[in-house]
Amino acid sequence: MIRVVLPAHLKALARVGDEVQLELDGSVTLGTVVGAIEARYPMLLGTIRDRVTHQRRPFIRFFACERDLSHDALDAPLPDAVARGTEPLLIIGAMAGG
Amino acid sequence: MSSVRVLVGTRKGAFILESDGARKSWTVNGPQFAGWEIYHVKGSPLDPNRLYASQTSGWFGQVMQRSDDGGTTWTPVGNQFAYDGIPGTHQWYDGTPHPWEFARVWHIEPSLSDRDTVYAGVEDAALFRSTDGGETWGELSGLRTHTTGSSWQPGAGGMCLHTILLDPSDPQRIFAAISAAGAFRSDDAGTTWRPINRGLRSEQIPDPDAEVGHCVHRLALHPSRPSVLFMQKHWDVMRSDNAGDSWREVSGNLPTDFGFPIDVHAHEPETIYVVPIKSDSEHFPLDGKLQVYRSRTGGDEWEALTNGLPQRNCYVNVLRDAMAVDSLDSCGVYFGTTGGQVYVSPDGGDSWNAIVRDLPAVLSVEVQTLP
Repeated sequence: MIRVVLPAHLKALARVGDEVQLELDGSVTLGTVVGAIEARYPMLLGTIRDRVTHQRRPFIRFFACERDLSHDALDAPLPDAVARGTEPLLIIGAMAGG
Repeated sequence: MSSVRVLVGTRKGAFILESDGARKSWTVNGPQFAGWEIYHVKGSPLDPNRLYASQTSGWFGQVMQRSDDGGTTWTPVGNQFAYDGIPGTHQWYDGTPHPWEFARVWHIEPSLSDRDTVYAGVEDAALFRSTDGGETWGELSGLRTHTTGSSWQPGAGGMCLHTILLDPSDPQRIFAAISAAGAFRSDDAGTTWRPINRGLRSEQIPDPDAEVGHCVHRLALHPSRPSVLFMQKHWDVMRSDNAGDSWREVSGNLPTDFGFPIDVHAHEPETIYVVPIKSDSEHFPLDGKLQVYRSRTGGDEWEALTNGLPQRNCYVNVLRDAMAVDSLDSCGVYFGTTGGQVYVSPDGGDSWNAIVRDLPAVLSVEVQTLP
């Protein structure tokens, strides 16, 4: 089970609680996890990454296990703790006021 | 008894203000989409419970919402606004080429003839249309790919297509306006376009009477006479009596002819409203006095409307999409400010009251007249 925490605005848009839990077959990467999120919550398409290029939106960050994964390749494996579900993947709106 | 529903987009959400036809006692619902910029909310003229909203964020991009119950509940619909082909470049602020990049939807214009057809004006400037209630969007790319497109440049707010006017007497005719490219007209339902800027003069561009490059802030028309157009330009209030083929200035005795919105009385096609703003470098009313100006002669002769509006220490702005009129017998006029006030005049501008005073900065105001 993969655990994902969304930013507050995307929780409201997807109408989910504090944490989203996903079951993934196969590799656990940023690409597969975000893809699974988008598949379950299609209203989030385009809000985390570009719908076509899959490029991360500039003010979105990916954190896990006290590391910044924002610049990792989409097909790079996520940390084992995320794959095992002991740590969540945090999708963060960059701290830029507002 | 008739009633009104005012749809307010703000920097931090949408608000729906409702009243009976007296327009004295109001209920305020919101914020909806709290924390998001709501550039525009507008209802279908065919089905007042069908609303569309543009929800946008620098963090999370563009979301489009649709309601089928007058704004009580909403459903996210399609948010893919892909330019046709390879978009190419337009001018950047410094005159260098800059790639066309979608940023947000500024304006939504539901069709006059089909509740599932709706137009969207976007930044970077382009016109999109959906025929399935907002689920999917296709570009009417004849506008963006006009031969002048590469010379268009952004205004201070971005290169936005902010005005879409549908001609009620001719379904083939659409007007659009872009900051800072100018006004355009299509006579074939949006397939091809031509600039309609003859008579405009803008000192901020190298050739002041160029075919394009003018910072048009807003267009308005009266549905009974759609070949007469009114324009608030960056500076100058303008009028066309031939569907934009030519324009003449009607600023007349306005204390300043800079401003953003312009609108037309629901029952008097020659009665128009503007909100004069001091200048392009000082976006607030002259002398701290918030004044709507009304012309009953289609321009040139203007009177200040001040009853109920703050006449000292007022330094708000009124943005281009933040004025609307209802169609009750005594025409109501509405506008919202960057200070969060939404004002109503239930008597065509003679007197004003604040419906609300402390909303987030108001980006847009629309009103629906309900049976």
